[in-house]
Amino acid sequence: MSTARRFFFHRSTLRALISILVFVALWEVGARSKQWFGFAVPWVGNIPAPTAVLHVWIGLLGDPGYWQSWYLSLLRVLAGFLTAMVIGIPLGLLMAVSRNFNDTFFPTFEMLRPIPPLAWVPASIIFWPTQELSITFVTFLGAFFTVVINVLGGAKSIDVRYFQSAQAMGASKWDTFRRIVLPATVPSIVVGSAVGMGITWNVVVAAEMISGGGGQAGGSGGGLGYFIWNSYVGGAYEQIVVGMISIGIAGYICSELLRMLGGYLTPWLRTR
Amino acid sequence: MLAPTMTAPARGARTQGAICIRDVVKVYDPDRAAIMAVDHCTLDIAAGEICMIVGPSGCGKTTLLNAIAGFHSITSGEIHLDGELLCGPSKPLADPGPDRIVVFQNGALFPWKTNLENVAFGVVMQGKMRKKEAYEKARAMMADAGLSGTEHNYPGEVSSGLRRRVEIVRALMNDPKVLLFDEPYRALDSLTKSVMHEALLEIYYKNNVTIFFITHDLEEAIFLGHRLVIMTSRPCRPKLILDVDIPHPRDYSVLTTPRFRELMDQTIEAVHEEARKSFEAGEREG
Repeated sequence: MSTARRFFFHRSTLRALISILVFVALWEVGARSKQWFGFAVPWVGNIPAPTAVLHVWIGLLGDPGYWQSWYLSLLRVLAGFLTAMVIGIPLGLLMAVSRNFNDTFFPTFEMLRPIPPLAWVPASIIFWPTQELSITFVTFLGAFFTVVINVLGGAKSIDVRYFQSAQAMGASKWDTFRRIVLPATVPSIVVGSAVGMGITWNVVVAAEMISGGGGQAGGSGGGLGYFIWNSYVGGAYEQIVVGMISIGIAGYICSELLRMLGGYLTPWLRTR
Repeated sequence: MLAPTMTAPARGARTQGAICIRDVVKVYDPDRAAIMAVDHCTLDIAAGEICMIVGPSGCGKTTLLNAIAGFHSITSGEIHLDGELLCGPSKPLADPGPDRIVVFQNGALFPWKTNLENVAFGVVMQGKMRKKEAYEKARAMMADAGLSGTEHNYPGEVSSGLRRRVEIVRALMNDPKVLLFDEPYRALDSLTKSVMHEALLEIYYKNNVTIFFITHDLEEAIFLGHRLVIMTSRPCRPKLILDVDIPHPRDYSVLTTPRFRELMDQTIEAVHEEARKSFEAGEREG
């Protein structure tokens, strides 16, 4: 009880709550200005009020279509993200430990890296047989380059003293990789995956808007991005905001899970 | 504090760990900048001796240490350990091995391993012991060095003084002939340092390995060493070799003895002269 009380009355918690409340209140007043004061506050006057959004949202909670959107976006994010980890981590490590490998692949990698994932959408649609694969591929790209560059940077900045000590104490090449390079790179992998996860959500929503909204036999590619786009096209403005907040929540949950996993993988950093 | 029963082994009582440095030259970047770091350095270190290498920053002492450890090659000359060639004209780079363990300036404990895992690392890697056996021995050695209770902490969780001690125990676990110290206490405050010095001597009296210890702290050098080797500013070469005739075992009370002050006075001038040369040459820290 006292912990809860301390939490709720703590100065920074109080400030956070006030900040959110004031924001929502201003938004409500602005959005309802035409109705309440007879004139619309510019810009804000045209967006749906938070209470209206909440009302629509509660209605949507029982709608399987809404949860289907969550499911599809999450599926694409996970598929793209996990593929990026599975390919990106070994690639980054290989580039870090092998000069030849690095010389061979890094230039190509660096040339592809600046291309925004969304610029890949058209090519991806042409290249991949299904729309699902093209969206997942673009999502993969969003996380892939970030993961590789973080792993590479992390593995290359390992202090040479660790290698010297390990070598003097009789560690073989494989031991050194397994017991020095790998654990020393884990913090960079965690950071890279957290950043990658954020990009993945940015990319999946945009990709769904572009390609999922294009219409397919039997409706659409679906997902939260498509949900927002469809709401916009259909004039259901409250739903747009519901979609936006849903993405915020989904992204937050993913980041939080990653943080927990990261903490579990790097116990030696927990006490700092 | 030192146990009253402790006796100091005579220098050279041990039969292993004699280092013989013959005419060693190290030139960095010989084709272009050609920076001479070590200039025809000759030095003999007896088995079981604590040899303190004193010299200005960046004079090339660490280069010498790296050559013994097998981290850097030498340009010419020879280094032997117990009569066996470590490096020489035919083989400029020595093989690093568990017989020569370096304790680094900022420490090199693996932060992702617990203190116990760090200490046990070497013998497991060398295949000398199974993991369980290694942990048992590591635990016993840590207890012996006053490190009980920190076995399952990560190095980042204990004080820097304890961390250094763990690192020394990790080194000793490999049963080395020589411990190579590269200014290990440089970053410690003077109070922690004095505790570390006594702890190091205590460990030395039990293990009696040869110690090659780089420092630029004169007090530290005289307090710990059997011998002081004062190096010239770069390129480095012994300028003055001094026997510290204060008998071991020592504790911190020797700092106030007249003999200690005399030795300080004798060395301070030589060191200061080299430090000034080095400063005028614009050497960087390191």
